[in-house]
Order: sequence, then structure tokens, then C-alpha cells
Amino acid sequence: MSNRPELLAPPEIFYDETEARKYTSSSRIVEIQAKLSERALELLALPEDGVPRFLLDIGCGSGLSGETISENGHHWIGLDISASMLNVAVEREVEGDLLLGDMGQGLGLRSGVIDGAISISAVQWLCNADKSSHEPRLRLKAFFGSLYRCLSRGARAVFQVYPENIAQRELILRQALQAGFGGGLVVDYPHSTKKRKEFLVLTCGPVQTSIQTSKNEYDESCSEDDNSEDEDEEVGVSDRNRPRKKRKTNKQGKGREWVLKKKEQSRRKGNNVPADSKYTARKRKSRF
Amino acid sequence: MRLIVHNMLSCNIKGVVNKFPLRIEAEKVTVKEVDFNPDFLRYMFAKIDWKALVDGARSMEYTELPDNAPDTTTLESDETFLRKFHHALLELHLEEGSLVCPETGRKFSVSKGIPNMLLHEDEV
Repeated sequence: MSNRPELLAPPEIFYDETEARKYTSSSRIVEIQAKLSERALELLALPEDGVPRFLLDIGCGSGLSGETISENGHHWIGLDISASMLNVAVEREVEGDLLLGDMGQGLGLRSGVIDGAISISAVQWLCNADKSSHEPRLRLKAFFGSLYRCLSRGARAVFQVYPENIAQRELILRQALQAGFGGGLVVDYPHSTKKRKEFLVLTCGPVQTSIQTSKNEYDESCSEDDNSEDEDEEVGVSDRNRPRKKRKTNKQGKGREWVLKKKEQSRRKGNNVPADSKYTARKRKSRF
Repeated sequence: MRLIVHNMLSCNIKGVVNKFPLRIEAEKVTVKEVDFNPDFLRYMFAKIDWKALVDGARSMEYTELPDNAPDTTTLESDETFLRKFHHALLELHLEEGSLVCPETGRKFSVSKGIPNMLLHEDEV
């Protein structure tokens, strides 16, 4: 994504009718949103007792993430600032209740009623001042403060975010911790630029259970002081894992060894690679 | 908007003390069937403000709910009551109308089932 949508226009203007339809009909976006929502629900660590819970979807948009929540058997309220996106959600007959509202103005929900909150690709919009009266810090404060109040004891909030830079991520995390939340950052596929996804996992109260790991991910629990440490750690690990760039081409061009090496690299990134067999990089007929 | 949401919503305007519950002015109400799940109803019962639910249901023309909050035995075994509770909480939809703040009288309009809770600049 060369141009971040947050830099083009405020969300209620960027997501107008055409953009809302484009967003929801793009199969690639639908698939990504579904995967992110599943992962966020996993990180919510809701008790598996078969009782549906009452969740909040912040920045629900056209209901893509909400559908995943319904599929998992829970009830939800969705909040979004774009009327066009919500209209698409109504058309798609999502099962959750929708609210037109601005998360930066505070959520306006009673205390302790929500069992969990997720937000997919939405919270970073809070960091931009879209109106002259906006002050991002105050908006983040209103948002996290009201969120902390409406969550029940032991409930979690999981946000998948695309922070523009380290400063933004730090700002979001700091405001969350100031509001009273505990928790930290979970990063999936930290080595791959394409697949890398960040989840901010916040808890009301101390963290009880450990965070589930998916393939190729490691946990970081960071407070503001640890942020620099966190960057160093990342660099350290990726240095260790990144394969050395050895060129081993023989006179016949790129041989079997080169192909196997490339496949291993791809596997480390997390891609689906066919298994190696005696047929891998076998010399084909000249016709090919 | 269903009553389960209405029961959670409060007025967000700065400085307002009496912000819950919002009064419902219903213009169009529909009914959408939802699967009956007694476990969920029992779980949610602890969080529901009963008076707000009864008043809300009444403004949407549903008067079957008892005024007094039920006790645990009714909640466990009385299926007719649970069905009424289920109907009021999850199946009544406010399509068009407005929600009124009890202190300031400010109206939040509801259109196509979506309440507009956006505050003006001076209310934040």
C-alpha cells in the first residue's frame, strides 16, 4: 500500500459509497479481514463453555469482521463512523447491531457490559487529526477510557493495527496503558514484510493465561520502556534467521541445490511450499 | 437497533449526569426472529437493567414483560417467561425513531435500524 488511506481523507469521507462497495466486493480484502478477525477472536481467549458472549466490534465497517464473530456464535455491537460502510452492512444483513458513532468521542456504553472487543484495521485512524478541533491524544484518551469502563472484569480487547511508524504505535500503547489496561503487542510473521501483522492485546486486570502462538510468531510483552529493547530484539532474531546469500550456480545454470535453498527460504517466510521429493528440480525435457 | 443494545447505551454528551436510559420514541418497529438460547439469556440477565428493558419494550408496544425483575427460579425453569425475555431483548427491532437523552432532551435519530450517536463539536 503506497498511499495510506489515513493520509488521504478522514474515514467518513474516504469510505464513501463507491469506496465502501469496492472494499466489500474485493475478494482479497474479504479474505484478509476474515483471517485477521479469526486471529483476533483467538487472542480474545473467550471461555469455551458454549455460551455466546456479547462483543464489541470497533470500526466494524461493512461487517466483514462482524460476520466472523457471528459465525463463532457470539452476539456483537458494531461501531463505525462511515454511514456508507454501515449501509453496506445493513444490505448484507449482518446479525450484529450497528451504531453510527465516532470512537474518539468515547463509546457511551454502560460499565462492565461488554465481554470482549475487537478492532480490525481501525484504531490507527485515531492518530490523525482530521478536524482542526481534534487532538489525537485526547481522542485516544476518550476512546481507551470509555473502553476500559465498559469492559467486564477479565475481558480483553484485541486490536489489529497498521501503525504508520514506531511513534504511532508507542502513542497508542501508552494511552492504552494510561487508561488502566495491561497487556502488550503480539506480532505474527515478524520476518515477512508482506505477511507481518500486529495485534495489540489489552486486558482489564493482570494477564492470566498465556497468549496462543500461531506458526512462525513470537510474543513480545512491552511497556513504554521496553520499546527500544523490542526493536533490538527483532533485529537480533532476524539476523540470526536470515539465510546467508550464497550463490551456488554451476555451469548448467541454477541447479537443484539452489532450488531447494529457495524453497526453504520461502517456507521460513510462512508460504505454502510443496514438499521436496526426488522430482524437485529434476531436469525436464527440452520441450519445457 | 435491538433492546439488548439500547440497554447498554448511555448519552455521551460532556457534563451530563443522568445519562441512562435513553427514552425511545418509536416510529417503525419490526420483528426479526433469532434462535432461542436460554443459556445466553441467563448469562446476559445479570448485566441487564430490568426497568430500562421493560420501559423500552413498552415504547415499542410490547407489554408482556413483568414489571418486577424475575428471581432465579423463574430464570431457570419458566420457559414462557424466557421466551418473552428473548423476544423483547433480541427480536424487536427499532427501524425508525429516536433516542432521547433524559437530562438534555437531545435526540439521537435512528434510521434503517442504526442509531446516529455522533456528537456535535460542542458536546464532546
